[in-house]
Amino acid sequence: MVTGPEVTPGGTPTLRLGAGAGYAGDRVDPAVDLARRGRLDHLVFECLGERTIAAAHARRAGSADATAGIDPLWARRVRAVLAPCRAAGTRIVSNAGAADPPAAADVTRAVARELGLAGVRVAAVTGDDVLAAVRRADPVVWETGRKLSEHPETLVAANAYLGAEPIVTALAEGADVVVTGRVADPALYLGPLVHAFGWSLTGDPGLLGRGTAVGHLLECAGQLTGGYFADPVTKPVPRLAELGFPYADVAPDGSAVLGKLAGTGGLLDVATATEQLLYEVGDPSAYVTPDVVADFSSVHLEQDGPDRVRVGGASGSERPGSLKVTLGFREGWEGEGQISYAGPRALERARLAADVVVSRLDRVHGIGADDVHVEYVGAGAAFRGLAGPGEPLEVRVRVVARTPDPETAEAVGWEVESLYTNGPAGGGGARRGAREVVAVRSCLLDRRDVRPEVSVREA
Amino acid sequence: MLVDDIAHVRAGDKGDTLILALRAREEGGFARLRDAVTPERVARHFGDALTGPVELREVPALGALVLVLPGALGGGVTGSPTLDGHGKTLGYHLLAMPIDDPAG
Repeated sequence: MVTGPEVTPGGTPTLRLGAGAGYAGDRVDPAVDLARRGRLDHLVFECLGERTIAAAHARRAGSADATAGIDPLWARRVRAVLAPCRAAGTRIVSNAGAADPPAAADVTRAVARELGLAGVRVAAVTGDDVLAAVRRADPVVWETGRKLSEHPETLVAANAYLGAEPIVTALAEGADVVVTGRVADPALYLGPLVHAFGWSLTGDPGLLGRGTAVGHLLECAGQLTGGYFADPVTKPVPRLAELGFPYADVAPDGSAVLGKLAGTGGLLDVATATEQLLYEVGDPSAYVTPDVVADFSSVHLEQDGPDRVRVGGASGSERPGSLKVTLGFREGWEGEGQISYAGPRALERARLAADVVVSRLDRVHGIGADDVHVEYVGAGAAFRGLAGPGEPLEVRVRVVARTPDPETAEAVGWEVESLYTNGPAGGGGARRGAREVVAVRSCLLDRRDVRPEVSVREA
Repeated sequence: MLVDDIAHVRAGDKGDTLILALRAREEGGFARLRDAVTPERVARHFGDALTGPVELREVPALGALVLVLPGALGGGVTGSPTLDGHGKTLGYHLLAMPIDDPAG
């Protein structure tokens, strides 16, 4: 059954966009609920953080697994929502392709066949991988102020933030599912709007600004409906454990009504929407995306019934000539160990423990004290030691060190763990780990050096 | 009094930069919030971690202030070994900043 478009009280058809995920590891069940009951036109999964794509490239490089470069939860998400989306005529858009969108498209088609849903058209968007282009252009890296070629570390990934254009192309070619790599998060939502309403990506920036505001509000899913908002004293949220993900009914003029499904937990009001509108926005009057420089400073939000908020008033100016690129550098390994001390003199014993570990990492394993980072969790570590600890009931010592290889990284947790029998009194609950470090930095690349491509194939 | 008494907070990150959005608790509380929270006070509260001046942007239409704190994350989520590399917890550090009590 394919449902018709929703209609506003004024009689205008609107497009309903649902938020299926707000980060790589997000929950699956809220998206299933939206797919089943939401009567969505599009279900969007944002699964690719700033560092997630670089990590995916590193994973792919070291693996024989054909799906190593994609969002690890993608097959599970598709398996959970594809049948109800097909039944409701809902199309799916996601950046779950991460470092390898064609592989994510293959996985999508395989799941479709497995579910008996042959005929599903799946698009892979590529072209965000600009490793060769940044090497040629040799731009200045923002964080270091030096040219890319002056960085000795191995560059494993360079992904440009694409805009909505390839998503629009894929939808125009009839794709039921669109998987991309690095695309600006709001563009995942702007693409369906541009496609459905025939907006021009080089036309009225006001429309693109309003569409981007809607995309930005939805892109973190549960953060619009009470997640990352709830404070049991100052900002109580009902039934947080059953948090429902949001959707938006967007009108052709870019104004929208935000909502969530009846019966779900959480809260959608002017307060939750205000917080999410400003989330990670350094300059609300100039939110730079590949499609538009959006201006959120005159957005108005208005309660339109329980868990319904009307949004409008965003504007925009012409898109930038350059695209932001996320660079991923291999920067060795990181080892970690943690152990707890509690009760009288907990902090003193924790400090002694750290001194022992730092001394032995230097003397026995050759890790200099400058490469070691110590935190006292429970005694002000979260606030970077800026707040006085008082007398903590318990303290967790956390020692982290950067090392050139995995074997040396393992020594860090080992030295913490061996405090059990060799360190201060009453150390308990030791844990250890080691991981590869892929550091993320940014630069700009001329838009003309980036060529998005779309490939649509049927399951 | 603390910022916590007059505002709510949401913390976000962009690389090494911490972005804190403060929203007045009470309708009409924006002017009070703007008077109480200045870039200089916030810079002092966050101390040596910062690598540049605190930027403050007013969004009166939403009753909100946006504060941009460069360097507050000491390398950011992939560059810093700190447990909370995103600085998600640091919004509540701003809420703990003392402000003048108009009553006294």
